[in-house]
Formats: sequence, C-alpha cells, structure tokens
Amino acid sequence: MIREFALADVGFLILATRWTLLLALTAAIGGGILGLIVAVVRVVPARPLNWLAIGYINLIQGTPLLGQLFVFFFGLPLLGLSVDAWTAAATALSIYASAFFAEIWRGSLQSVPQRQWEAGASLGLTYGQRFRYVIIPQAIRISIPPTVGFLVQVVKNTSLAALIGFVELTRASQIMTAATFAPLQVYLVAAAIYFVICFGLSQVSRVVEGRIHVSR
Amino acid sequence: MSLVKLENVVKRFGTLEVLKGISMTVEKREIVAVIGRSGSGKSTLLRCINALEPVQGGSIVVDGIEVTAEGADHNQLRARVGMVFQSYNLFPHLNVERNVKLAPKLVRRLSDAQAGELARQMVAKVGLADKLLAYPDELSGGQQQRVAIARSLAMQPTIMLFDEITSALDPELVGEVLKVLEGLAGEGMTMMLVTHEMNFAKNVADRVIFMHEGRIHEDGPARETLLSPKTAELRSFLAAVLH
Amino acid sequence: MEYNFRFAAVLRYWDEIVEGVVLTLQLSATTMVIGLAIGLGVAALSTSSYRWLRLPARSYVELIRNTPLLVQLFIVFFGLPSLGLRLNANDAAMIALSINLGAYGAEIIRAGIESIRRSQIEAGRALGLTALQTFRHVVLFQALKAIYPALASQFVLLMLATSIVSAIGASELFHQAAFIESRTFRSFETYTLITISYLGLTLGFRLLFSAIYWLVFVRRPAR
Repeated sequence: MIREFALADVGFLILATRWTLLLALTAAIGGGILGLIVAVVRVVPARPLNWLAIGYINLIQGTPLLGQLFVFFFGLPLLGLSVDAWTAAATALSIYASAFFAEIWRGSLQSVPQRQWEAGASLGLTYGQRFRYVIIPQAIRISIPPTVGFLVQVVKNTSLAALIGFVELTRASQIMTAATFAPLQVYLVAAAIYFVICFGLSQVSRVVEGRIHVSR
Repeated sequence: MSLVKLENVVKRFGTLEVLKGISMTVEKREIVAVIGRSGSGKSTLLRCINALEPVQGGSIVVDGIEVTAEGADHNQLRARVGMVFQSYNLFPHLNVERNVKLAPKLVRRLSDAQAGELARQMVAKVGLADKLLAYPDELSGGQQQRVAIARSLAMQPTIMLFDEITSALDPELVGEVLKVLEGLAGEGMTMMLVTHEMNFAKNVADRVIFMHEGRIHEDGPARETLLSPKTAELRSFLAAVLH
Repeated sequence: MEYNFRFAAVLRYWDEIVEGVVLTLQLSATTMVIGLAIGLGVAALSTSSYRWLRLPARSYVELIRNTPLLVQLFIVFFGLPSLGLRLNANDAAMIALSINLGAYGAEIIRAGIESIRRSQIEAGRALGLTALQTFRHVVLFQALKAIYPALASQFVLLMLATSIVSAIGASELFHQAAFIESRTFRSFETYTLITISYLGLTLGFRLLFSAIYWLVFVRRPAR
C-alpha cells in the first residue's frame, strides 16, 4: 500500500497542475471581466452605484477567501444549481479576484496625473478622445505590475480549492502523501511547481514592464 | 597653509572621467565662485571636497584633514565643512528649529538648551526668526534654502560649500538668499560656490574658477577673469550665459 | 434542500464564535510580532553590502512569496516530523504564518527604506552625522511613515489568512465553523455567519491602524 515517492509520482503532481492552471486562468478571466464592470460602476459619476461597488469590494476584501469558497460551495446548491467543487471554486475565485482587480484598476486610472487630462484638453481633444488616447494607455501601463502581482495571488489561491475537494496540485499532494507517507518530499515538490509558475509569471511581468516603459 | 588644497584630483564615474586632474587652492576668508557648463564637473568637485564622492586619483586636503587618505575620518571633516544643496534637503519631519539643532546636538554634543540657542541665533541671522517652529512644507523655496544655510552654519564650519543653491528658486526669491551669502562674505567666512549668478560672482567673489570638460581652464581674480576672459571656452560660455 | 434558513440555530453557538474571534486575535497578534521581527531582520540582511547575507535573504522572500500559504503550512505541520520536529497544530500554525508574514514584511520594509531619497541621507552626512545617526534621526521616521499603510494592509491580510490554518485543525475562528456545522448541520448558515464575522474583525483592525497612524504620524497644530 505504501510505496516510495518516485519520479512517476512527480508526474502525477505535474498532471494535477493542469487543473491549478485551468482554475487560475478561469478565475483570472472571469475575475477580470467582472472586475472591469465593478471598476466602471465604482467610478461612474453616480453615487448610489459607487456605494454599491464600494460595498461589494469591502465585503470581498474584508472576509477570508476560504470562507467565501465554503459559502459558495454550500450556498450555490440552495439556488438549485448542481455544484461540484470546480464550479464553486471557479465562482468564488472569480468573484474574489474581481474585487481586487476593480481596486487595482481604479487606482491605476486615478493615478494618471491630472495634468495629462489638461494637456489633452488644451490640444482640443474631446473627453472621450482624451480618455481613449491619453489616459487609458497610461493607466494600462501603470496597472501592469500590480495586476500581474495579483495574478500570482490567484495562482496561489487555487490551493484553497483543495479544501473543498477539488483535485488540483495541493489536493493531489495530499492524496500522494497518503499513498507514499512522504509528506516532506511531496509538499516540497508541490512548492517547487508553484514556485516555477509564480516566479515565472513575475519575471515575464518584469520583462513586459521594461518593454512598455512604465515611467513611474 | 591653504584651507583647501587639491592636487591633481581625478574622478571617474565608471569609465567616464569627470575630473581630469584638478589642482587648486582656497585660502582662508576667500570667496571662490566656480562656473562652467553643466557636465563640466563643478558639482562633482564640490562633492569630492567633502567626501560625498570618492576620488580615484590625486589628493585633497581640507583644514588639515587629508580627505583622500586611507581611513580618513569623513564625519570629522564634514563637521567642519558646511554644504548647502540645490534642493535644500531639509528634513521634512522636523520643524526649522529641530532641523538646525540636530547636528550640533548629535555631532558636537551640545545640550538641547545650547543647541536651541545656537539654532535661534542662526535662524535669526538668515532672517527667519519668526519661522522657528514652522515645518519645511510651510515655507517658500527661498525660505527653505535660508534654513538650509542656517542648518549648516550651526555647525560652525571653517568653510561653506554652496552647490547651485539658487538654481531651483523662483527669480524673486533668489535675492533674499544672495543677501544672506553677502552677509556671510562680509563676516569673513571662507566660501566656495558653484553658481550661475554671474553678477554675484563678479561683485562678491574674490576669485573665479572656470571649469570646462573636467579641467580648470581659468583661475583668477573675479572681476578680471569675468570681464577679460583669456580662453575661447570661457568667452563662449559667458556669451551664452549673459546673452 | 434547506429553503428555510436557520441562522438562529447557528447563533445559539454564539459563545463558540466569540471564543473563535479571541483565538484569531491572539494568533494574529502573536504572528504580527514575530513576523515583523523576522521581516526587520530579513530587510536589514537584504540591503547588506555582503552578497552572502543578501542572497539568502532575497531567496527566502522570493520562495515564500511564490508558494501558497497552505502548502507552507503543510510542510511545517506534516513535513517537519520526518526531520524529527513534531509540532502541534497551533504551534505549526503560528510558525508557518510568521514565516509567511516575515517575507512580505521584509519586502515592505525594504521598499520603504529605499524610498527615502538619497539626498536626505546626503544632507545628514554632509552635516557630519554618522551613518547610524543619519539612519536614526533622519531616515527612520520618514521610512516608518512610508511603510505604515502597506504594513497595516498586510496585517489585515494576515488576520484573514489565519482562517487557512483551520486546515490542520489549529484553533481559531474558522475552525469553530466545523464544530458548529457538525452540531447544526446548517453548513451554509454556519459558514456565511463565520465569514461575515471576519468583516467585523477587518473593520476593527482598520480603525485601530488608522487611529495609530493619526496619533503618531499626522502633524497636529498643537505645538
């Protein structure tokens, strides 16, 4: 029953990593789209909408992700939806990400200096043109480091899905530990895999930052 | 013995040679203006004198201290050499009094009362007695620069170095700072200034040193050098500056 | 399934919830102190001019920041015993959390210190202050002020992250949920209530940190 932790087992962990990446990607895209919407609601000149967005963001950022995960896992079925660990995890992680993305992007937009608006105006550009050609490009450049920083968080957050039974890298590690009784090796390998993904992501970001010249 | 003596000083930033063998002296009570284009090495020269920058060749002796010697006590040196910067560099978290009191207390070991009295005198000397408790961000550029001067004076230095201290100021604030400098000159303070203020150099300085591409091209009495430049470089520099 | 929500059933376990809050606060406080100490040490090492001090410090920070807390927790609790170090859940939780916070703290502290412009240090040195005096009287206060907001945020994140240690059965608020759930069979209500409770904790922390900031760093026209 108990066997040695071998190379084949590393392969098992790497295969499980597919699910980690898939979950992270889903959360990133879902969270990104939702986050954009929340960011817009947050900045449009309509107070009640702003407060709605603020409330949403504070609720998500003020409670633990693990809690949100469980709430969705137990709550979504009550809405009549059949829920497996994947759906609950993808939903919870997307919503969690959306709140953070919204704040990051709002911050980036607001940190484009006021003088840029004025410069655009003094050239005769309309509000829309200023927004599209002057402000947004700069806001995007400013937002890249914190956005990628949070993407790393998203990848790490997928590990919590293990606690509702979703078999991604961490859950696979738990399973592997039970089979091989070699927790140290197994979890170290898992950590190494996460490291490669996350560190790689940060490095890519650094290269991109250098190319597009974030002048901050 | 000269107060400041440089012999063949060579300074490099990486592969770029910024000072190419500078030799000069400053006597006690002398007021020396250093002029030249940006990049000529003037600020670097000043910063080498008080050891904010290391040199790669030559020797610097200031007030008896061999700056370039191995194991030279740079803190001691800087206690005797006052330096004022272009961007004032006041400590933003301390009010004027504390900005000026800090070094005398820590370095000269004055008591809080003594340092406080000294600070009050120096701040009054630069004409800001009523701003003793103000914070830097409550002061204009000219006022901040005057506080910076008072802060250096409180250490009772034997020589004051000024690195383009009026360059960052609005024109109408330059006058009040120059007045303080004239006052110091009148009291016999030895001063070395990197400056663009040609009138000040002509009327107040004793000597003018013109630097070009890391070398001293002219070094002579202020009025004479500025009114009758001997080298082509100085002539074209003055023409550009005084247009 | 359960269409009639029975929050009342869960609220009967109010005592357990309060106990959980207290435990979370204790765990958070202890971790903050230890984690901050680690962070200070690592920040100092990572700015050292000696490569053999700098490299391990920077590696530690990168390793922790690029791996999930849950895995770090498992390594400490499940992995260390095979090296002879057997810890109970609460100790393992505290150690893993502290090590984790230490890395993030180190980054924040290092960035804060480096944000102090060189010209401030030069001004101090030009007055004759030693490097140590310059650090203590010129740099430190400005650095603390720069660091404070990021550090306060990190502390709040830490407090929320303590929920993760429930995975190894350590005692804090989230773990109480498992207990309450097993008694009431009201999973959704239990976890919803527990999760919302953290909101109160977050609010409390943020208010506390704001108050401290205002007291220490905001200049008031008193003098």
